[in-house]
Amino acid sequence: MPRLKLFLPLAAFVLLSLLLFKGLSLDPTSLPSALVGKPLPDFELEELHSGEILSRQRIIGEPMLVNIWATWCYSCRVEHPYLLELAAQGVQIIGLNYKDDSVKAVGWLKDLGDPYALTLADSEGRLGLDMGVYGAPETYVVDAQGVVQYRHVGVVDAQVWQSLLVAWFPEFRREGVSQ
Amino acid sequence: MRYCRCAIRWLSMIALCTMVMTAQAVIETYEFSDANLERRYHRLSDELRCPKCQNQTIADSNAPIAKDLRFLLHEQLESGASDDDILSFMVARYGEFVRYRPGLDSNTALLWYGPLLLTLVALLALAMHLRGRQSAVSPVEPTEKEREALRARLGESNGGQDSQL
Amino acid sequence: MLAEVGHFALIIAFVLACLQAVVPLVGAWRGHSGSMLLAPPLAVGVFVFLLIAFVILATTFLQDDFSVKVVASNSNSFMPDIYKFSAVWGNHEGSLLLWVLILSGWMVAVAQFSRGLPLTMLARVLGVMGLVAVGFIAFSLLTSNPFERLLPGIPAEGQDLNPLLQDPGLIIHPPLLYMGYVGFSVPFAFAIAALMGGRLDAAWARWSRPWTNVAWGFLSLGIMLGSWWAYYELGWGGWWFWDPVENASFMPWLVGAALVHSLAATEKRGLFRSWTVLLAIAAFSLSLLGTFLVRSGVLTSVHAFAADPDRGLFILIFLALVIGGSLVLYALRAPTVASRVQYGAFSREALLLANNFIFVISATTVLLGTLFPLVMDALGQGKYSVGPPYFNAVFVPLMALLVPFMGIGPVSRWKQDAPSRWRQELLLPAAVVVLCALVLPVLTLGFNLWVALAVLFSGWLLAGLLRDFLDRTRTAKGLFSKWRRLTPSYLGMLLAHTGFAAMILGVTVVSQHNVEKDLRMLPGDSEDVAGYRFHFVGVNPVAGPNYDADQADFQVFKGETLVAELSPQKRRYRASGQVMTEAAIDPGMFRDLFIAMGEPVGEEAWAIRLQYKPMIRWIWFGALMIGFGALTTAFDRRYRLRERRLDTAETQAAMNSPAHAKA
Repeated sequence: MPRLKLFLPLAAFVLLSLLLFKGLSLDPTSLPSALVGKPLPDFELEELHSGEILSRQRIIGEPMLVNIWATWCYSCRVEHPYLLELAAQGVQIIGLNYKDDSVKAVGWLKDLGDPYALTLADSEGRLGLDMGVYGAPETYVVDAQGVVQYRHVGVVDAQVWQSLLVAWFPEFRREGVSQ
Repeated sequence: MRYCRCAIRWLSMIALCTMVMTAQAVIETYEFSDANLERRYHRLSDELRCPKCQNQTIADSNAPIAKDLRFLLHEQLESGASDDDILSFMVARYGEFVRYRPGLDSNTALLWYGPLLLTLVALLALAMHLRGRQSAVSPVEPTEKEREALRARLGESNGGQDSQL
Repeated sequence: MLAEVGHFALIIAFVLACLQAVVPLVGAWRGHSGSMLLAPPLAVGVFVFLLIAFVILATTFLQDDFSVKVVASNSNSFMPDIYKFSAVWGNHEGSLLLWVLILSGWMVAVAQFSRGLPLTMLARVLGVMGLVAVGFIAFSLLTSNPFERLLPGIPAEGQDLNPLLQDPGLIIHPPLLYMGYVGFSVPFAFAIAALMGGRLDAAWARWSRPWTNVAWGFLSLGIMLGSWWAYYELGWGGWWFWDPVENASFMPWLVGAALVHSLAATEKRGLFRSWTVLLAIAAFSLSLLGTFLVRSGVLTSVHAFAADPDRGLFILIFLALVIGGSLVLYALRAPTVASRVQYGAFSREALLLANNFIFVISATTVLLGTLFPLVMDALGQGKYSVGPPYFNAVFVPLMALLVPFMGIGPVSRWKQDAPSRWRQELLLPAAVVVLCALVLPVLTLGFNLWVALAVLFSGWLLAGLLRDFLDRTRTAKGLFSKWRRLTPSYLGMLLAHTGFAAMILGVTVVSQHNVEKDLRMLPGDSEDVAGYRFHFVGVNPVAGPNYDADQADFQVFKGETLVAELSPQKRRYRASGQVMTEAAIDPGMFRDLFIAMGEPVGEEAWAIRLQYKPMIRWIWFGALMIGFGALTTAFDRRYRLRERRLDTAETQAAMNSPAHAKA
């Protein structure tokens, strides 16, 4: 029936509007890490305080957050108190001091408190590059096997922790972490 | 019309949004050992997307990450990496997202071959349509009357001179 | 107080638009001429109240009334008045008001210039446009009220208008673009009205043709201005970026190009009726889609408005109603029986059909490329980017496919033509063109395959045009009578096609022979670029009305003669602290010299970009010709001839005649 053919544009439009409707709830700027499902890249970097050379093998072993931060990053200051709280609850957080001056970084942690079990000094941004970091702050979830599970771009706060990150830290799920 | 879209939704990302859309020409003054490398530098920096920008190539963006990637690109070119090496290096770190010329995979097949497919279908349709037109025998011109009526309705006086297009 | 009056005017406009959307349509349905006659005055009413609202908004900008939110966030008291005025549409809310104002302007124009239309048709057209207006005024009132106050806490000073928008090009670019976008609502309304009335005939095509051409002409001019602005204002010398927002304006342009041509066949030969209606719906739908893409934030673009998902949802629902509704109407009412008009495989009809296919495929391709990242994201297939390398790769061959047909177009005859005749007409010109393609590049910038092809293509277009022009004027004696033979629609076609040929040349030559050097330069340094010597004199601080700048002074020599003195700037706007590159350009018919400043790089050295851009002006010049060509066609005498008022019996007869019978 020739009239059926005339419904084709309508059908195409219905598909298109469904797509656009779906598009409204998507965030075109969110960019999942290309590293998800892959092992954390290997590295050799100094520990910020001790100067000890650390490698990938040395830091993996339990689920942890790898937090990319720098003293030039305003939002890092915003999320810092919450990281301290998480650390106080026992969440393992590794800091990656990204493209920063080590002296300033040490002073910053002294003034504001140090939530990091270890801090890698990546002043050249080499590990950051290998991890596909494109700004600070970024926070990676790395599991006990050293595989990257998730990346969050931007500030980590109670809401982000509860809705996005806590899934990989089952032991912290029940009690949660207060704001 | 250029707005950094960091409004409400991205308030938590202030630091990432400091790349407010300024029109600052990005001018790098890298030295190249060979003019061919420079050409490749320009071509690749125009094909790689700055991962944190709205929609800009690393050649056009002032974001720190774009600067880093330009530096890296220059370094890799000088060290003799091929285009494929460089692209896979970037894709491994930032995902397919960084390529403004998406690589061919099962997802992008439609993207790359769609226009060709459409053209072929259209050609086929055109050919069939025209054949159908020609074979339909109707020696009389049925529209003459219609045109006459139309002219009358439109009150057109210069019926004889039918302007083209 | 003033802002509240503006808000009130907007509300009255909304009420009048509602009446306009309902009363004439009901009148047309019931055959009640009194209600139908209300359509034109209602259209004028809507326009007047929108104009009041717009003037009031502009006044609040000029008076620096920072209690109004959009003024406070987009203007400040140090801006020159002209930019305070253009700041009215430099933001989402104000630009939307301009959008509806222009829409109502088109309604008034239809009411004014279509007095010859049968009353039912006019009532339906204005009713449909009223419906569109209702949606957009509601959008403005409900989600984007431009008159919203900032209370309490009125800021003492406003923020800045984005410095990029503080530019003469941006004063007229949006209004022209909107004239085009919104202008497609007229052919759309005519198409819907024709579907409602069940009469899709040559008369309908003739009525909507001038409107379509004018809208398409404005859209061409708007896009051209945008491209030109990007070239000199963005500071890096590109002229088209295939950004989603650019594509949003380009898609309706492509479909509009198809529509302009298919309307020709529908008017002249009563052909492709369903197809033409579909194109008219598609052109306006793509305009609406563009609005959605720009204002909803579903795609990332460098020039999107502040995104707001609520606004996005509103437009999407509106889109679904308007486009969905018209496509349902189309599916139910469009004629299914092909008209019995005959034409051969070698005829102007066939060429126009090829034209239409190519333009529609091009538009579909642009749509595909633009939405592909969204599709993949929605299907959970990951993030992709589709950019210039893709679009250039698929778009250039499509346009190249168009050219062979386009060259024959003007000499071709309706109904039945013969390849042998085309050969006879075009063989000689073709030979000349091939020769030119081989020789011209060698004589000028050096042989380059792509440039040779471009000369071949544009020469082919010009050959066809010239041949036809000579054929047409051969029998006329004397220049004056030759001139008389050329109707405005013919002249318009000539102009637009010549413009297209100029664009092909410009695009190809600049992409092939463009020279760009990024350098570190100290005052006193000189650099040779494509035969020009750029001498860097020095850098001085300068102060503008609302910015401070470093200004570099350059002298450009060709041989020993001074060709130009150029002063690019690097500006810092005081209110926002934004830094902007202001390129300096020495324009020329055959080449632009372009200088932009980057960062200072040590001591007194600066990063400097020197560019030689051969024939880049031809792109905009060509686009200008296309735009003005399209506008010219509307002056054709046959569009001004008024249709005699038809009594119902005659209309009935026309509807019942076999040629008009619906399926």
